[in-house]
Amino acid sequence: MRLSYPAHVRVIRVPCTGKVDLVHILRAFEKGADGVYLVGCLEGSCHYEQGNFRARKRVEQAQRLLEAVGTGGERVQMYNLTSGEAPKFAQYAREMSERILALGPNPAKLAAAAAAGRKTKEA
Amino acid sequence: MIVAKGKPLEDIIAAVQDAQSILVAGCNECVTVCEAGGSKEVGVLAAALRLHFQNQGRKVQVGEITLQRQCDREYVSQAREEVEPYALVISLACGVGCQFMAEEYTTLPVLPGVDTLFMGGALERGVWSERCQGCGNCLLGLTGGVCPVSRCAKRLLNGPCGGSTAGKCEIGKEVDCAWHLIIERMKALGRLEDYEKIIPLKDWSTDRAGGPRKVVKEEVRL
Repeated sequence: MRLSYPAHVRVIRVPCTGKVDLVHILRAFEKGADGVYLVGCLEGSCHYEQGNFRARKRVEQAQRLLEAVGTGGERVQMYNLTSGEAPKFAQYAREMSERILALGPNPAKLAAAAAAGRKTKEA
Repeated sequence: MIVAKGKPLEDIIAAVQDAQSILVAGCNECVTVCEAGGSKEVGVLAAALRLHFQNQGRKVQVGEITLQRQCDREYVSQAREEVEPYALVISLACGVGCQFMAEEYTTLPVLPGVDTLFMGGALERGVWSERCQGCGNCLLGLTGGVCPVSRCAKRLLNGPCGGSTAGKCEIGKEVDCAWHLIIERMKALGRLEDYEKIIPLKDWSTDRAGGPRKVVKEEVRL
């Protein structure tokens, strides 16, 4: 199909979205990611039955935590599709990309840049 | 196990706002099982705190450690090298572990990261229920293995009160009437006649009423 999707989306393959832990999502932001989204199988069709439901709960938990720390909960999202829906995969990538571009960079990076700027001025 | 639940992140952040470096200390025992303060929860809280300080443009070192047991001086003191470089400790252990940390590291502020609730067990994944209040004078042998001290809202010792309806307690539709459970259990055991026997006044001096308690077992002391 050779569909294109935004180049700044970095795909990390996992055996099942149920493998993704809350701490993985948080560490991505610690390391400077501007947004994280999980793409799992359709609800009800998980090979491991509960995997994508667990992922959704963790995404919701991450949203709450990120809201509390000032990163913003809307930077994490859960999507579902079947393996036969490549156009949807590309569409979700564009959707998420647009959402993050509208939100701007990870506030931690802005804060670090501001702090570095202050230091340069002081020097 | 001792069951605890994490304090709201906002409250923890407010309590550690001015710290220069923070160690999040978990415990491998009860709080790991009740998913409130094991290494996993330590990782999540530490990551969330790091993000919080990063977002403020502040460099605050947030470390992670999970002790085998925080309620054991031996384990607590062994962590000295890892603990002392930090300016503040958040203990995700129960109230016991948090106090043992504070007793060992006298110059470090040790703050609780969880609220310790009760002694209980898991009914299913993610659901824990109270079973024991440590009254110091166990009655389970008389009540068919159902505890009226921890499970009856009024701690009644001789049958249900008038608030028992269809096996539920008047304090909430979700709460089982302990005495209903006891009677059902006695029936199943063929011991219903024991229900007629009056349990005498309980000596509450072994409970919290007698002040802080201590157990000394001379034969195992060194």
